[in-house]
Amino acid sequence: MISVESLTKIYGRRHAVDNIDFHADRGEIVGFLGPNGAGKTTTMRILSGFMPPTSGKATVGGFDVVEQSLEVRKRVGYLPETVPLYTDMTVFEYLAYMGNLHKVDDVEDKVEDVLEMVNMESRVDSYISSLSKGMRQRIGLAQALIHNPDVLILDEPTIGLDPAQIIEIRTLIRGLGAEHTVLLSTHILSEVQQLCDRILVINKGKIVAEGTPKNLEQRLAGAGRVSLQVSGRTDGLVDLVGRVKGVESVLLAEEGRLEFLTAPGVESRPEVSRAIVNAGYDLIEIRSVGMSLEEIFLELTADDPLRNSEEPQSPKGETDDEDEE
Amino acid sequence: MRIVWIIAVREYKRYFATPAAYAIALFLLLIVGFLFNASILAALQQSAFGGGGAPGVQVILSPLVFLLLFASPAITMHLLAEEQRMGTIELMLTAPVKDWELVVGKWLGAFLFMVTIVAITLVYPLILNNLVSPGIDQGRLVSGYLGVILFCSTITAIGVAISSFFSNQVAAFFVTLGVLLVLWIISAPSQATGGTPLLTYLDLRSHFYDTFYVGVIDIRDVVYHVSVTALFLFLGSTIVEMRRWS
Repeated sequence: MISVESLTKIYGRRHAVDNIDFHADRGEIVGFLGPNGAGKTTTMRILSGFMPPTSGKATVGGFDVVEQSLEVRKRVGYLPETVPLYTDMTVFEYLAYMGNLHKVDDVEDKVEDVLEMVNMESRVDSYISSLSKGMRQRIGLAQALIHNPDVLILDEPTIGLDPAQIIEIRTLIRGLGAEHTVLLSTHILSEVQQLCDRILVINKGKIVAEGTPKNLEQRLAGAGRVSLQVSGRTDGLVDLVGRVKGVESVLLAEEGRLEFLTAPGVESRPEVSRAIVNAGYDLIEIRSVGMSLEEIFLELTADDPLRNSEEPQSPKGETDDEDEE
Repeated sequence: MRIVWIIAVREYKRYFATPAAYAIALFLLLIVGFLFNASILAALQQSAFGGGGAPGVQVILSPLVFLLLFASPAITMHLLAEEQRMGTIELMLTAPVKDWELVVGKWLGAFLFMVTIVAITLVYPLILNNLVSPGIDQGRLVSGYLGVILFCSTITAIGVAISSFFSNQVAAFFVTLGVLLVLWIISAPSQATGGTPLLTYLDLRSHFYDTFYVGVIDIRDVVYHVSVTALFLFLGSTIVEMRRWS
């Protein structure tokens, strides 16, 4: 449904998007994960037909985003990060207007449908200026759905919402994933973990990792990491564990808690627990701790201090470059 | 064309939802009305002393055109600048709407609003027609109002194009006003030496006052207004497209 090849966007001298490739299939929810200013918004703007890339090729539903921009725009529902709305209009007027621009038949019915989907039927006649942030987000989403697009591009769809609203929006997006291809961006890890079939980790305009949430964790977890806890005396415990076969290094030891790394593929827990119990310690817990997505993310997107000093630019969001007046 | 009309209707309605538009209309109609009243009184006084002709439609057209020059930047300044500032331009440019359709739709909405205000001023010639005998010159009324409408088309197109360039409405206002005033007086400095053909042609003032105002409908003036409108609408569309690439 979405196919991107060597896509590059350069603002001045900064590579906002640097030679990225990816694809998304029909019915797939793909998450763009990356810190602010990584190039997520720029990529989404290119795919939505808002701006052309500097080089490379992107197609949506088989249509080129530059050559057949109008065809692409007919097939894409886009919710920009800032959730722009015409605050002087009522919810109905706004959605009907957007529906008409998309040449939707039976606009009035369609407005009712999408309002029902986002659970906002009761506010159909409210002025958008009177709506809360969460409601506006939902109206923005309704706008993206008004023409029943094949592809939904949602830029940070849950930003600025309260926890209850976040759950609501996520449930909604999950449901949409069945029929639409969804590309969403976020910098919240738990969000991609819960929502997405596939994750693209993007940093400084490049895709640094790609995979399902599960296999990303597995792939990057590498060496096994084990945490254990004893109660009572702890003297000599670090030495003891360190001597067990298969244990590579003890990472941390405090108040009876201890974490150690084992060689890849080695199951050292039975050995370690036996050693501890035999030595007379009271073992109360031993478990393996995979590297969390959080840690993977930090590792992948960690700033390389050397590279940073070469680039005097401060890492700004990509939107900064456009407001030049 | 359907898209252009949808956008135009939205823009037109928007004027009636904002207090600023009412303020502009009030300002314009109030001053035109006040000056109309003053000229009627002056004419009455003059005729009491047996002098002066009956006032014609000019007593309305003159202040109307001059005030439109100042009111139109206020009417057009937000058209695209506000979309850019609020980010709603992103919605427009990702909807299946061509750049020119957006610009032309915006222009049409603003133009229709201006025409509405101008239409309200028709009440003054109606009053005048009842006051003077044997009535006002109908030819001058028609040519004068046709001229005002074409004039509105031109100045709105200039305003839309300039609004597309800015994301700050105030900047759009002042630049539009500046451009209109320059076009209004552009041939004045060369008048003393007989006039430069190009500057005389560009002169916005002469394309109203020299012909429509005195009851002459000259096709060349129609061409001038239509082509300047088209030029600036093209310019506006180009700017919108260029902003995508920036």
